[in-house]
Order: sequence, then structure tokens, then C-alpha cells
Amino acid sequence: MKKLLILGAGTAGTMMLNKLDKRIDKEEWDITIIDKDNTHYYQPGFLFIPFGIYQPSDVVKTRKEFFPKGTNFIMDEVEEINAADKEVILKSGKELSYDLLVIATGTKPVPSETEGLDGPLWYKDIFDFYTFEGATLLAKKLRDWKGGKLVINLAETIIKCPVAPLEFAFLADAYFTEKGIRDKVDIQYVTPLSGAFTKPIATKMLSQLMEEKNIHVVPDFYIEHVDNENKKIVSYDGLEVDFDLLVSIPTNMGSEMVENSNMSDEDDLNFIPTNKHTLQHKEHENIFVIGDATNLPTSKAGSVAHFEGEILIENILDFMNNKPLSANFDGHANCFIETGFGKAALIDFNYTTEPLPGQFPIPILGPMGLLKETRINHMGKLAFKWVYWHMLLTGKSLPVSTNMSMSGKKAPKKEENKEKEEPQQEEVLL
Amino acid sequence: MDTLTINNAEIKVNEEGYFTDPSQWSEDIAIEMAKKENIDLTDKHFEVLNFLRSKHAEEVPLSIRKVGKSGVVNIKEFYALFPGGPLKISSKIAGIPKPVSCV
Repeated sequence: MKKLLILGAGTAGTMMLNKLDKRIDKEEWDITIIDKDNTHYYQPGFLFIPFGIYQPSDVVKTRKEFFPKGTNFIMDEVEEINAADKEVILKSGKELSYDLLVIATGTKPVPSETEGLDGPLWYKDIFDFYTFEGATLLAKKLRDWKGGKLVINLAETIIKCPVAPLEFAFLADAYFTEKGIRDKVDIQYVTPLSGAFTKPIATKMLSQLMEEKNIHVVPDFYIEHVDNENKKIVSYDGLEVDFDLLVSIPTNMGSEMVENSNMSDEDDLNFIPTNKHTLQHKEHENIFVIGDATNLPTSKAGSVAHFEGEILIENILDFMNNKPLSANFDGHANCFIETGFGKAALIDFNYTTEPLPGQFPIPILGPMGLLKETRINHMGKLAFKWVYWHMLLTGKSLPVSTNMSMSGKKAPKKEENKEKEEPQQEEVLL
Repeated sequence: MDTLTINNAEIKVNEEGYFTDPSQWSEDIAIEMAKKENIDLTDKHFEVLNFLRSKHAEEVPLSIRKVGKSGVVNIKEFYALFPGGPLKISSKIAGIPKPVSCV
């Protein structure tokens, strides 16, 4: 029997397990999945917990209930991959050999990367919301908070779900408005990026929205440390922003296992250099990487893991059959952006096409407005929880194309073509 | 696309002033580019510029953190050399495109 190991039973690992279980030759291949515990969180739901929209119980299930029958599940932590000898060493000291390895060990916030962030004020006046613990403790804090300076700060530019900090700002605006204390809350969005978001057309739309909601964006702010005593964040070039309540998106890093295995990228963020089209490890042909664990230049998000999964299953089967890898990932990402008061926007993009306005075709609920605030988008966001538990994790195909489609999108006019094109009605964003 | 004339050379740049062809770069041109940002280039500046250019040639996406881990400068020194937006300003002087962060 040949051995296939999957490291990590989060969104990407569980999905790959289900896909592989359906497609591989079980006479020839034996699959084992490894994770440190048996708790599966619906991570997109963390955003809603601080505002009481979701309860903690809405986002927790066991990992095992999403595994196919008879799955070999080892509950242990991975210490190191020894790629030269094709073996994985576990914390318990156990060694497992493999013929094919799938790494899906994800990313996590590491507040200790920023001086003073996890200091005396951590979980008193400083919170994260990308962890179950942070989101639930922040919910308690917000319930009794009487207002003041709320500062949302991104420590780094590479973070999981890059739209979530914006969504947090929009939902905070709605939350305090509904509580009747919006006038007592000053919301600042402090980011190392040059604007609200990374890509120009989406940034324009989102900046406008920030302005309408009276959320002040402080761009080009790269945090150096948190001054716990005076309650301020300080940038490398000496700028200071005071806070009463700091909601931080700490530096995101891949698993320590990556560092132990000498597989980290050059930023020391422990993301694994991966072929951006085939998802094969850049140095080892029998290792594939999926989801947040990669260094691919696209979003770290569940939708991306799903699109990658559709590609990776084909390439793994090709690899098993000694064929050249045939499937190509285009960097496709698709993200709802919750904007508060029962509305949301939607963006759809890939490595080469930035988020554009227009319509996104989707059956039943569909078409959804791209870069527009609508109620249907908000319903799509809420419906995604069901889709996640019942379709995405179990490796089913979704009614959305794997490669990004230009169908419904409105590309900006190129200057040189301006005269040839027929006059079009200006698309008003929002 | 625009052009910039430096030392009698016609440099192709985009609307934000970043080189569109990194091969047009030279140290003399960098010195002139830096003057526009009120920076007098030192050897340390050139070490950073050469690091950026080599990473760009290897198609490695650049970030402030990566420069800080390069062994050439730490982040504080990087800010001191190119005040304001160190990565944006240094990339412009290094004759490489504006670094884009991923979504």
C-alpha cells in the first residue's frame, strides 16, 4: 500500500480528504489525516460573534463528523517534515512515512510578533477577532463598552480573509448605531496599505463607503509597537494613534512545523513556496500545498481553498498515474463583504483580474451585484454557512466556476479603445 | 505611459512615475531619481536598491517585512533611509514596479 498523508483537518484538509476518498484507488492508496484536536470552527463566523449576530455555538463542530467513514485520524501535532526521507515526525515522537503529502496547516495570528501587542492590555483593551477566544471575549467587552476611540489595526499586509477587517469596521458602525451610542464612538481604520484595500477599483468603492459611515482611514501606518501605558500604537516612522479599545489583526504566520522543516518563505512568515498554478511544492514533487499554508499571491480564504481543491484533486490523480500535472489554478477568489444594516457587497477576482463591478451569475439566489451593496449579497453571506458545512467541507462541487469568469463583469475601458467603444451608461458604484 | 528624461536618457514610466522597464536603470539615474525625493544616496541606500532589484528579477513579491529580514537593513533603518513610504519610494528609485500587496 502507498501512503498519502494530509497534515491539517481544517477547511482545506477536510475538503481534500473527502475529494480524495471519492476518487483514489483504495486498493493502492491508504489515506491518513492529522490534526492536533477534534474541533472544527466555522471561521467566517468569527466576524459575527463580537456583535452578537452569531453565538459561539453557531461556529463549532467536531472534525470527525466531516470525515468519510473509516478515516484514519491521528490526533497529534506535526513537529517536522523530513522531505528527504519522506517522513513526518509528530510531537509524540511517532514517525510516519509517506509517498504523497498534502500540507493544509493553515495560518494563525501571532500577536507576539509585535512588541507590546500581547502585553498587559491583551484581552482587556486589546483584542483580535480571528480566533474563537478573541471573538468571544471581544463580544463580552463590546456588550458593556460605553464608547471612546475604537482603533482597528492591521499589523501586516498578508492576512487571512483580507476583507474581514473592513467588515468588522462596517459592522461596528452598525452595532453602535443600533445601540444608540455611535456619536460616542470614534472608529479609526489604521492600515499598512495605502488605502482601505489593495486593488484600485475596489479601494475606490470601499473608501467611499468608509467615508459615508464616518470611519476614518489612516493609511501607510506600519506598526512597530503598542504602548500599553499610554494606550497608543506607534509606527516605525513615529506616528502615534491613541486608542481606548484596540482591535488588532496581528501578523499572520503559517505553522511552526513549516519553520522546523526549513520550508519557510523569505519573509519568515512560514508560508510555503508553492507553484501558483499546479499547487505542487516548489522543491519536492511528492508534496502538494493547499489553502492558507501556501505563499500564493491570492487571498487566504475558504473560497480560495475550495477553488484550489478542484484543481489539486486533478493534479494529485495525475501525479498518482505518473502523468504531467494537467490542472491550472488561476488565483480565483470570491468574497462577500458584509457592510452592515443587512447588506453586503461581493468581489470576484484572480491573479490577473482585480475585483470589478457588474453582476455575478449564481443559480437560485442569483445574479449578485459585484462591488455593490445589496440585501441579496447579505443573504448569500448568511447562506454560505450552510454551504460550508454541507457542500464545501464534504468536497462537493459548488455552482460557481473554478476558474474566474468574466461573465457579467464590467472591465474598465482602456484609454486607447475609448473612441471605438459605444458610449455606455456610467456604472455608479453604490 | 509617460517618459522621464534623466541624464539625456528617455525613461519609460507609468502614471505614478515607476519604471516600466527595469533594464533602463543605472546608478546615475538612481541618484537623479533620489534627488526628486530629497534623498542623497549613500552606499547603504544602494545596498537596499540592489537587494530590491535582485528580488524583483527573481519575481519575489516584496514587502517591508521582507526587506527587514534581508540582512541589509532592519525596518527602522529602512524607514530612516527612505522616509515616508520606504518600500514605495525605494522601489521607484530602484527602477522596479510599485510593489503590490495581494488581496
